[in-house]
Amino acid sequence: MNDRSREAHDAPSVVALDHISKSFAGVRALDDVSLAIRPGEVVCLAGENGSGKSTLIKALSGAQPAESGTVSFHGQPQAQISPIGAVRAGVQVIYQDFSLFPNLTVAENIAFNDRLARGTRWIDWREMRRTAEAALGRIGVDIPLDAVVEDLPVASKQLVAIARALVDEARLIVMDEPTAALTEREVKHLLGIISRLKERGIAVLFVSHKLAEVFSVCERVVVLRNGRLVAEGPVDEFDPASLTHHMTGREIDAAPVVSADAPRGSDLLQVRHLSREGAFSDVSLDLAAGESLGIVGLLGSGRSELAKALFGMDPASSGTIRIEGEEARIDSISDAMERGIAYVPEDRLTEGLFLTQSIGANIAAGSFRRLAGTFGLVRKSDIRDEADGWVERLSIATPSSDLPVSSLSGGNQQRVMLARWLATTPRILILNGPTVGVDVGSKADIHRTIADLAAEGLGVIVISDDLPEVLACCNRIMVMRDGRIVDERRNDDVTENELSHLLSSDAEDA
Amino acid sequence: MARLFARNETLVATILLLFIIVTSIVDPSFLSVPTLFDLLRNGLIMAIFAIGVLLVLISGGIDVSFTALAAFAMYATTKTLVETGVEGSMALALAMSGGIGLCLGLVNGFFVGTMRLPTLIVTLGTLSAFRGALLTFVGSQLISNVPDGMRDFSRTMLLRGTNADGYFYSLPAAVLVLLLVVVLTWFILYRTMLGRNIFAIGGSLDSARRIGIPVTKVQYFIYAYVGTISGIAGIVHASLARVANPFDIVGLELSVIAAVVLGGARLQGGTGTITGTLLGVALIVVINNSLITLGIPSTWQNIVIGLLILLGTGVPAWQARRSGRTE
Repeated sequence: MNDRSREAHDAPSVVALDHISKSFAGVRALDDVSLAIRPGEVVCLAGENGSGKSTLIKALSGAQPAESGTVSFHGQPQAQISPIGAVRAGVQVIYQDFSLFPNLTVAENIAFNDRLARGTRWIDWREMRRTAEAALGRIGVDIPLDAVVEDLPVASKQLVAIARALVDEARLIVMDEPTAALTEREVKHLLGIISRLKERGIAVLFVSHKLAEVFSVCERVVVLRNGRLVAEGPVDEFDPASLTHHMTGREIDAAPVVSADAPRGSDLLQVRHLSREGAFSDVSLDLAAGESLGIVGLLGSGRSELAKALFGMDPASSGTIRIEGEEARIDSISDAMERGIAYVPEDRLTEGLFLTQSIGANIAAGSFRRLAGTFGLVRKSDIRDEADGWVERLSIATPSSDLPVSSLSGGNQQRVMLARWLATTPRILILNGPTVGVDVGSKADIHRTIADLAAEGLGVIVISDDLPEVLACCNRIMVMRDGRIVDERRNDDVTENELSHLLSSDAEDA
Repeated sequence: MARLFARNETLVATILLLFIIVTSIVDPSFLSVPTLFDLLRNGLIMAIFAIGVLLVLISGGIDVSFTALAAFAMYATTKTLVETGVEGSMALALAMSGGIGLCLGLVNGFFVGTMRLPTLIVTLGTLSAFRGALLTFVGSQLISNVPDGMRDFSRTMLLRGTNADGYFYSLPAAVLVLLLVVVLTWFILYRTMLGRNIFAIGGSLDSARRIGIPVTKVQYFIYAYVGTISGIAGIVHASLARVANPFDIVGLELSVIAAVVLGGARLQGGTGTITGTLLGVALIVVINNSLITLGIPSTWQNIVIGLLILLGTGVPAWQARRSGRTE
């Protein structure tokens, strides 16, 4: 499969993987994968979580060498690859978490790999600053050199990581899910930087499962599924549907899973003139049983603050909330839970899950009061039954609910969170960014789950900036901008483009 | 964070100054060269230990075994010198005690670096094991006839004299050991790649491994270095006291760690300065002495130091969290 591309260019590949395999505990993570990347080429490595993308990156960066097959740098087969060896060959990996040192300054972070690769023993602080300045200059960004990295916003941390990768005459930069934590504008900036790298002859291996980015930045696409390379070719041979098909191995329907005309039950939630200073103002909305309502807005539009107010995390300062016609004061999370409101937060990792605890314990964590028997004791077998029931119902992919949550992929972790809240038998379910960091296949499954929940009579609010998502799984969509609801549409009455236009604040000028 | 961190040091310095001022008002003779030298003498051993602890804290670990290690090295050295009749020079005692400390430190290094066990568990284990081994295999008798070399060292003064009020003062040569440790540690931390690797490991162990820092080697170095420093502190302590007491030193570890934390080092690793550490030690030593001068019962010392730790580390953390929320 690689022969065609190899013949097309005489220049030796920056990196060539030849029949690479790797197993973990008997499971084939990479199965006979071959891949070559030419200088200045932007290649997208696509695949769902668990498809072997990370294993492939670790194999070529020397972090976890493959068991069989060869890796060549610049046409030279490497007997053994170490992280330092890969860096010396110009292969730099920017991990999803950036692998920066939060306690050190921008300058030192940028210069660190270079010092290490050169085997420096003594520290020259002035030289370090010069190195850092030059690297930041190369991507045309300006970040204070003396700032401590932990104080920087995420986007700046990423730029620091990119600058660090550039210091050592990088020939190939591997970016692992580089846009996972970025806003739309920051993503655009990043894509600009990638094309600048390309102009300098630096190859980029872009790991992503966001289809839009794949098509806007990459020339060639390589798709992994279950450790095997299942498709490869120029980007124009793919379209979103075929790429999704290759990644998931099944057809995924992008059509809405809920209809705007779904039957509405009784009124569940009535919000009138809800305000919280500096966050949102004069928000009114209605939610009926059996309905799923989307609230879309950009970062800072007040969408998350509204959700948190409805759940009592940061209560509103004025306005009224009625639940089933009864006025409700929601000043704390326990108020909200008593009224049957459940909230699945945006960042499930920091706000919700106990990663090292078992799946079962995580699911049961919200329902101990219900599960408790005499003397408030909870039986282990009850927890297990409860957990197993949810694992089956939400098709969480795990051999046992005793395994830790950290063993699950992002999509499955999100489902565990969902199960925990559903186990509390809520009437109103608020989901904030339900599929952030979740791959295409699981995403569609989660959308179907949301639709099913609404069909069962729950009132669901989906807060998101993923427009296809709300179009797929919400009957109605409200648009939030600068803390206010500015529009409301049925999902069959608005297109993605229109929504996207309504979101940005310059819509009024247009 | 840089400014906030500076604030932590400033806070400690301010409290220190406050204590000195209040005590000087109550007892004008407090602010004098004899007091200063007394404080230095009292804080000397703690300061040497603290520098070692700082290194471990920066690397993201914690060491509670250093006192047991110091006692072991100090007592084994003194006993060997006495029993072999080698009266020798202080240099020999320093080298021997430092060497024993280094070897014991490598034991910590093995468990932390090679076995990758949590540092607190490792050092809790070795604290008990080293102390037990000392009392079981080396000896538990007080040695009061320390070798001449050590006794002479305790009598060697850099400066001595009498001030206007007729108080005698002297500055022991042992201060030079502290000075050497401070300068050497500063050089390692800020002028060598090794030192930056220590900071990096403390900042993010995973990142450090990923970019190819030889983490295990660095950890061996850290614990060996702390061991050496502790061995040296132990023998200096014994020679200043002119007695080698195997039951000595152990029990100091928490106040030393407290001093370092008070000086701004974070228990999560990655941050800490030598200046802050020395200020932290100074504060604890000054409190101990000034409370006596102020006529406050010595049992109050622990309360005051405890409150200061809560204040000195709690206030900046609380401020950081609050500013993070409103921004």
